[in-house]
Amino acid sequence: MTEQYRAMWEKLGLDMQTHDVLLQALPAIYEKTYLGQKERPQAMGFYDYVVSEIHGLRIKELVEHREKGGKVFGAFCVYAPEEVIVAGGGICVGLCAGADFSVPAGERIVPRNLCALIKSAVGFKVSGVCPYFQVADLVIGETTCDGKKKTWEILNDYIPTYVMDLPNSRSAADRDLWITELKRFVAKVEETTGNTITPQKLADATTLINRKRAVLQRLFNLRKARPAPISGLDALLAVQISFYDDPARFTLKTGELCDELEARVKAEQGVAPAKAKRILYAGTPMPIPFWTIPSLIEQTGAVVVVEESCTGTRLLAGGQTSITDNNLDAQLAALADRQLQTNCACFTPNSARIDDILRLAKEYQADGVIHFSLSFCQPYNLEGILVRKALKNAGIPVLLLDGDFSEEQAGQLKTRIEAFVETL
Amino acid sequence: MLTAGLDIGSRTIALVEWDGQRVVREEVINTGVDPLENSRRLMEGKTYTKLVATGYGRGLAVEREVANEVITEIKAYGIGAFHLFPEVRTVLDIGGQDSKVIQVKPGGGVAHFEMNDRCAAGTGRFLESMARIMNMEFDQFSQYALEAEGSAVRLSSICTVFAESEVVSLIGRGEDSRRVALGIHQAIVSRICAMVKRVGFDHRFVFAGGGARSLCLQRLIAQELSIQLSVPDNPQTVGALGAAIHAANGIGHPERRKHG
Repeated sequence: MTEQYRAMWEKLGLDMQTHDVLLQALPAIYEKTYLGQKERPQAMGFYDYVVSEIHGLRIKELVEHREKGGKVFGAFCVYAPEEVIVAGGGICVGLCAGADFSVPAGERIVPRNLCALIKSAVGFKVSGVCPYFQVADLVIGETTCDGKKKTWEILNDYIPTYVMDLPNSRSAADRDLWITELKRFVAKVEETTGNTITPQKLADATTLINRKRAVLQRLFNLRKARPAPISGLDALLAVQISFYDDPARFTLKTGELCDELEARVKAEQGVAPAKAKRILYAGTPMPIPFWTIPSLIEQTGAVVVVEESCTGTRLLAGGQTSITDNNLDAQLAALADRQLQTNCACFTPNSARIDDILRLAKEYQADGVIHFSLSFCQPYNLEGILVRKALKNAGIPVLLLDGDFSEEQAGQLKTRIEAFVETL
Repeated sequence: MLTAGLDIGSRTIALVEWDGQRVVREEVINTGVDPLENSRRLMEGKTYTKLVATGYGRGLAVEREVANEVITEIKAYGIGAFHLFPEVRTVLDIGGQDSKVIQVKPGGGVAHFEMNDRCAAGTGRFLESMARIMNMEFDQFSQYALEAEGSAVRLSSICTVFAESEVVSLIGRGEDSRRVALGIHQAIVSRICAMVKRVGFDHRFVFAGGGARSLCLQRLIAQELSIQLSVPDNPQTVGALGAAIHAANGIGHPERRKHG
């Protein structure tokens, strides 16, 4: 992924020197984390390829889309409604936010005492090493925490950033507010793309995204099997890629992965023995290429069987968006109702999240729960305390961790995780 | 049968040889810059039925085939402390780069544990740095603090880097250096006891790790928690002891985990 794309990257205004350093580092990390895994499903080859082309082929597709007059929207949150973007003829991509590499650059313009996700994202933009940021016409921010809320105001100086006001509660008034926000967003997408979003277009887009959601749910359902047919690392990778790959292609390829896993489940074949300890990960999202936590967990011989995270079940919360009426308002209301079932820690109260974790622990036969929160992420750090209490009451072992994307913490995290798995 | 436990810590390497009944040899050396080579030298000419490694260097030890198996320090301290004090319920280990509080189940298994944050504050390293500033060895520093007359000088900083400059300025201001030394010990004890209280504890309490060599820490922790502490004769080898016993328990029963 180098020579053939250099001209494209230069045109996008990437800082080529720094970008080269990043590109040289990635394959080694990927190889070490991913390619040494045992009993990997063959269908993972697709995702390996997509990762190897992360700054290449997919960017080329996005550039071509723009050359034809299309727009690219960058997002950070599962509350950014991909359906609306697709209905307006746009492409929605999750932006880079999971690497320690860009944190120092981020710290040049935002305070150090901020979660690594925000610092990484800002750093990728200001240092010009993320082609997704470079190719995006508009960034969609949302008010899921104070850190993000204010960061959007700062980021707006570097790239146009649109903010959606996500309520922090779930009353009828809050629902109305979110529906209003979706309508406002429809207008913004129409203004950006120059296309009108008709009820039919939104219905078609919703169908497309519903299919992606369905295949991901199928993948998660298969992970309930014992022995686990796929590693937590590989399942996470598929979810991470779902944020930026073409939805139709992703759905097709992930369907193939699920077919293979289904055969494995029937044959009782797994990536680890049936007696391997099963871990539920709960907490903050793990944006690509943040693989440290499942990697450390799976090095102990345990398997991550499910992630209660925005790169996991929270992405799939609410299931399918219903398309009941050929009426835009009704469809946006259905979208809001589906989205508002995502138990983000920005909500108060958020007891549904705790119920969800308890339910998932049972459904996925988890032996223990590891709750990880990015340091300085107040909503998840604090909610972790409530999660721990509820799990203890239910007699489910739990370990609370916090950290960032750096390698410096890995030794201590490893000891904590290993010791926790030893106690199970 | 002769098994061994090797605890490769950040500051010291401890080796315990175990014949199935009792400790036949125990050694503590500095970790140095080549922990594996130093470990090998410690075991020169010896063959063990099984060797279990623990401590932060455990992964490397098994990777380079120095050890047959690894367990975490947390599990090792649980087993070791249980052997020495069968009634134990809480183990506090103050090590060179981290501190741990371990709640032990009857039988020595780990029920629950907590570790300090990932900086030197709240670890033996903090005390070592402060001792160095005051031109003393670790043991001497502890004794010096115990000689303080009057109350400890309160340290406002717990960060090792900031505390160093704070100590320098306190001494420069003419504060009694023994009371400053006591304040340094008090700072780490407050931090560690907060962690102990979070985990929960009772009187069946074992204090181990290199930090337990400090009489001053022993006294202040006992005061802060209002309990009597059990301190092993050789607090630095508890982890290696646990690993050695674990090695013996595994023999002939690879799946059996008597402790934990």
